[in-house]
Amino acid sequence: MSNQRKRLTGEREDEDDEDAEGIGEWERAYVDDRSWEELQEDESGLLRPIDNSAIYHAQYRRRLRMLSAAAAGTRIQKGLIRYLYIVIDFSRAAAEMDFRPSRIAVMAKHVEAFIREFFDQNPLSQIGLVSIKNGVAHTLTDLGGSPETHIKALMGKLEALGDSSLQNALELVNEHLSQVPSYGHREVLILYSALCTCDPGDIMETIQKCKKSKLRCSVIGLSAEMFICKHLCQETGGLYSVAVDEVHLKDLLLEHAPPPPAIAEFAIANLIKMGFPQRAAEGSMAICSCHKEVKIGAGYMCPRCKARVCDLPTECTICGLTLVSSPHLARSYHHLFPIAPFDEVPAFSSLNDSRRTLGKSCFGCQQSLIGTGNKPGQCVTCRKCKHYFCLDCDIYIHESLHNCPGCESIHRPKSVSLMEE
Amino acid sequence: MPSVAFKQYSDDVSLLVLLLDTNPLFWSNTSITFSQFLSHVLAFLNAVLGLNQLNQVIVIATGYSSCDYIYDSSLTSNHGNFERSGTGMPPLFASLLKKLEDFVTKDEELSREEGHEDRTPSCLLSGSLSMALCYIQRVFRSGHLHPQPRILCLQGSPDGPEQYVAVMNSIFSAQRLMVPIDSCYIGVQNSAFLQQASYITGGVHHTPKQLDGLFQYLTTIFATDLHSRGFVQLPKPIGVDFRASCFCHKKTIDMGYICSVCLSIFCEHHKKCSTCGSVFGQSKLDEASSVSDKKRKAPHT
Repeated sequence: MSNQRKRLTGEREDEDDEDAEGIGEWERAYVDDRSWEELQEDESGLLRPIDNSAIYHAQYRRRLRMLSAAAAGTRIQKGLIRYLYIVIDFSRAAAEMDFRPSRIAVMAKHVEAFIREFFDQNPLSQIGLVSIKNGVAHTLTDLGGSPETHIKALMGKLEALGDSSLQNALELVNEHLSQVPSYGHREVLILYSALCTCDPGDIMETIQKCKKSKLRCSVIGLSAEMFICKHLCQETGGLYSVAVDEVHLKDLLLEHAPPPPAIAEFAIANLIKMGFPQRAAEGSMAICSCHKEVKIGAGYMCPRCKARVCDLPTECTICGLTLVSSPHLARSYHHLFPIAPFDEVPAFSSLNDSRRTLGKSCFGCQQSLIGTGNKPGQCVTCRKCKHYFCLDCDIYIHESLHNCPGCESIHRPKSVSLMEE
Repeated sequence: MPSVAFKQYSDDVSLLVLLLDTNPLFWSNTSITFSQFLSHVLAFLNAVLGLNQLNQVIVIATGYSSCDYIYDSSLTSNHGNFERSGTGMPPLFASLLKKLEDFVTKDEELSREEGHEDRTPSCLLSGSLSMALCYIQRVFRSGHLHPQPRILCLQGSPDGPEQYVAVMNSIFSAQRLMVPIDSCYIGVQNSAFLQQASYITGGVHHTPKQLDGLFQYLTTIFATDLHSRGFVQLPKPIGVDFRASCFCHKKTIDMGYICSVCLSIFCEHHKKCSTCGSVFGQSKLDEASSVSDKKRKAPHT
């Protein structure tokens, strides 16, 4: 009877991931959907519509408050040149299906998104990938600055076997990162699904070795909290978190994309020699040094050895000079000059008069700030320019734009400029 | 304009945000007067609105001391009965002209308070770009059916180097939102900010040679909506200069030194970074060892 129903709904015959019989495809979508848990009741027991935007905004403000409390009003030095290894646990625990369709697929998808976001926010940094399979750690890719190579290598081998060994992974990463220049910040991000680690030696020694080589280890667990991971992160100054579902995993991963606060002794300040290549003339022919093929036109010429490279940022294969363009450096400037969080405006009617003088619409998007029934809606205000903004503009300004439109629309005389170009 | 309950959006509906430069320091000595310029621009806006019934136009004025919204074609309050004598302008834009006049007077008052020394000739490009992006973000939030937004920057004032970080932040945000920034530069020198903006976001940059024919340049190059740009030949970018300038002498350099803490650019070796104050150590040794390591790793001879 179940087979008949499946054929009627036109499904494929393979029954790999659904073990309950007699469930049609349309029902599978609701198996894990517990939408009744999202309903709320007000005082008299009637159902209340959920105000998602207010919850989202409250979540965002909580996060921002934590970050700004940590910064405490001073400019915290951030590690902008990062050498990060991502260690993914491909042991048999990764084949568990508590994340749909399986932990491996979810991890791969989110790591891909993380890699792109990482290079977007840290254009001068490099990533390497390591996998743990059968108790042995393998290097999937070496440290490099091109997202495509890493993503292709990651998606190539997605299978889960054997035990997981934290010590082997840490030893391998330590060895790779010891060859990195001293001005770079060394970091490891471990995605751990297993509940134990099978090590050939004393893992505490390895942790002390990592601490001595100034390696900052962070772990994201997918199953449960483990003492050894917590100990590792505490000793090396990293972050330990455990994901409860897919959305949470994505948020935790993306938290590691912006540069972490740097501990001053970890990286020695240095002057790094870099080149700013010019675009090659249209129609010029040269053999490019990255693909070893003849290319016409678009490309860049290394200023030191005049070799041709295809795109930036990269290291010249002939002379080793780091080649960047000024927008790549500019992408990191908003980490150095962050804008202060906006203040919430309390919704008392006593503030109505001051608001009327400044206008009843958001300064950024001209949306009306008057809520339902002529009461003032929720809004925020900038401390410096005193303009009002709606909640959505607040989130957009702090997460993506990094400029306050009000502060940018005021003319400042030359002497007060933040940065001299 | 009839309020359509369910709008049919074809793929060539566009939302144009025009950033108009009203900097009095620039307009005081140009070959074309501001009112002649405005007549070209208003005819262009009319043409854009005529291309498709659902097109929208927003105008933001970029002044010397402030920026503000001047015109929004989707608001129905534009069709008042304004009497404008003898200017020959269509009544559709009467509210635009009135608001522009108010804005320019207010801008002038604000700049008078500032003082006469230290007059940099640049306008507040970063402010109007940020406001345009906030508006476009609001359009994206309004649902699935929305016009395709783009930004057109009509500017003549030179770049203000103090706005570099803010302008680059806006450019990267526009790139993420996939909003092209077109730019039409009518000033004397070249504007590196606008060239970079158009190159990075995939827009069109053009410097018209003859300002008498500005309307023709605007309608043939900048009126094309995003879908049709795949079929039309628009001016290609020629050699955008992405070299950086050093912080000490402000000259463009090919090779330089970068502080690893604050990413400041220097043209020669220093002992201490002038921006963040960090002391540099052992840099020559590290550089030599990293280059020789690479040579050792390469197996071919």
